[in-house]
Amino acid sequence: MGNGQRHSRWTRALMTLGLAAALLMMPLSALAHGLAGKRFFPTTFQVDDPFISDEFSILYNHIRQPGDEPNRASEINIDYSKRILPNFGLEFHDAYLHLGSDGDGSANGWENLEVGAKWQFLTNDEHEAILSVGTDIEIGGTGAHQVSDSSSTISPAFFFGKGLGDLPESARFIRPFAITGVLGPNFPTRSGDPISLTWAFTLQYSLMYLQSYVKDVGLGAPFNRMILVTEFPMQTCMNADCNGQTTGTVNPGIVWAGKFMELGVAAQIPINSRSGNNVGILALFHLFIDDLFPRSLGRPIFP
Amino acid sequence: MKIKHQRNLVFGLFLAFLCSPPEAALAHAFPDHSDPRVGATVSAPPAMVRIWFDGDLEPAFSTVRVLDGSGKRVDKGDGHVDSSDHTLLEAGLTALHPGVYHVYWSVVAWDGHRTEGDYTFTVK
Repeated sequence: MGNGQRHSRWTRALMTLGLAAALLMMPLSALAHGLAGKRFFPTTFQVDDPFISDEFSILYNHIRQPGDEPNRASEINIDYSKRILPNFGLEFHDAYLHLGSDGDGSANGWENLEVGAKWQFLTNDEHEAILSVGTDIEIGGTGAHQVSDSSSTISPAFFFGKGLGDLPESARFIRPFAITGVLGPNFPTRSGDPISLTWAFTLQYSLMYLQSYVKDVGLGAPFNRMILVTEFPMQTCMNADCNGQTTGTVNPGIVWAGKFMELGVAAQIPINSRSGNNVGILALFHLFIDDLFPRSLGRPIFP
Repeated sequence: MKIKHQRNLVFGLFLAFLCSPPEAALAHAFPDHSDPRVGATVSAPPAMVRIWFDGDLEPAFSTVRVLDGSGKRVDKGDGHVDSSDHTLLEAGLTALHPGVYHVYWSVVAWDGHRTEGDYTFTVK
């Protein structure tokens, strides 16, 4: 055995010892990403995830909005979430909005900054279930006057994710399905502004799950890491003149999840004329910070 | 407000950090393919079960077990990460009779992220 080989063996033994010590001090089922047992819940487009992790997203959205001009909205959404504890973290969101029209009118600028906190209080590996609660605050007056409101909005919410991997063998081809969702009111701080209810969910079919745990159907790259996702982000007005009116879209799309990043694209179909008359597009670029920087930015501050 | 003017700068600095080279990270290890294949029906009893992952595994914390339909263990208890290919987890099997067999695996990638899973195959 050469010196290099012996040195390599010792290095590996020491690394194993170090890893063993680290694993003894932390939960083995790492809470990173949206993992619950075999289920990987991807980050989706407009419906907030049920899990907390160290991640960074850029979401591009273009749609023609209903109402008066300017009404062609192009938006670049930026999201960053950071775990403080393994199951508790903070989330930051902002967006740069450009409103254009067929005429002369246009406006652009940063929207209000949103800051949130989320606590993932249940992760059940056997039943592929995740439950979380959180609160998001849109801080009024932090955005450009042309595109944002001066009042704030407080949005407490309940989040859930459930994979169907616990179905019996006879229903094995249904196992790759999963649902996620969020339910919560939005309270504006300015009196007179309407209160609304966000109710949003996603239906997912994971080709990753099918290929790895149910049946190898021969999918090669990149299809073996894809997840079919349809989102249903809805909002219902709870009082004032708009009481009972619902707006929302149906977003059928596809997500590819690599080792360090996620890419996705979806259509955005308004459910009624109040929500829009034209189909929009969503494009997602997402980084797993916990995998890219596992020993610095990507780990909880208090692991 | 000051926050509005600083937002582009903060975002730019953060993007610059993200563009820096990643640490020696191997991320979560997910299965790539296996032999016998997931959900397959084979006519000849396999001598081994082998699962290839999409990243290197930590041998000390990676295990594989194979059970028959009655829950009896049918692997030889020698499950291990291959010494020359650290993406391969394998175990020898006893002589299998026709029936459905369940493979359970649990692996830890080199950065400490654990993943686990299971699948079945059938011997005709």
